[in-house]
Amino acid sequence: MVTTVFFFLFAGLAIASAISLVYHKNPLYSAVSLIGVFIALACIYITLAAPFIAAVQILVYAGAIMVLVVFVIMLLNLEDDNALNRLKYLYFVGGGLGLILLVQTFFVFYAVMRAPKQTVNQNETVGKTLNIGASMYTEYLLPVEIVGVLLLMAIIGGVIMVRRLSEGNNLRQVSVETGNVGDTGKVESDLKKAER
Amino acid sequence: MEPSLASYLALSGILFTIGAVGVIFKRNAIGMFMCIELMLNAVNLTFVAFSRYYADVTGQLFVFMVMSVAAAEAAVGLGIIIAFFRNRVSVDVDDASILKN
Repeated sequence: MVTTVFFFLFAGLAIASAISLVYHKNPLYSAVSLIGVFIALACIYITLAAPFIAAVQILVYAGAIMVLVVFVIMLLNLEDDNALNRLKYLYFVGGGLGLILLVQTFFVFYAVMRAPKQTVNQNETVGKTLNIGASMYTEYLLPVEIVGVLLLMAIIGGVIMVRRLSEGNNLRQVSVETGNVGDTGKVESDLKKAER
Repeated sequence: MEPSLASYLALSGILFTIGAVGVIFKRNAIGMFMCIELMLNAVNLTFVAFSRYYADVTGQLFVFMVMSVAAAEAAVGLGIIIAFFRNRVSVDVDDASILKN
């Protein structure tokens, strides 16, 4: 009973934060809403008897990734996102896609409600760190190694990207190095901003 | 009494829908990036729910893999966004149209 109450509490929090994420035009407000979604989902993972995943959710998502996102938003000093000022037909695309996905969600809900197996398995030791670590380093050793290599590649790629850009200290130098394309682009976007 | 598996799947589907609609409505590269993270989290929720209801640890391990890939994606994606901003002084995806002409 307590689990059900907590589930609906945090499910409401997650959906409200997600709607706030899409609604707000300021990227910083969106980022804070996304942190709300992550924390609500971590609480729902706890009601699902998965404490390890809940801890990793807070550490990796709310801790590492969102700090990076907020750092980039503050570094770039972004203006408000005036959504869809040029492409009006995307309203219909987005509305249609949302409608289709919602119908699918209700279909899945209905089908799973009708399915015979509804009882939760009472084995609560599955989500414990001990079990996850044991199967991570025995049965799923190769995927874990591959993920490690992938993270190394991402780190090297990020370092190379930053290093090449920081050789030219200002915008103009970078643009000349990359064949003058960026420079004309900058002028164009400046003109567009002046028109607005 | 526990919430049924269908409730978790419904929550996941609703979150995924909001994320997918957000990717189309947002014109800001960072906003789109955050909506993609929301969709990844919705899928993670289904993995954990099935892992709970079938008492199988595989789902939770796959969630771990998804989180690692999301971290790598964040590092590379934000690097690309910064590089784009340095060239165009904007993160509006409509300005990323050099290849069109």
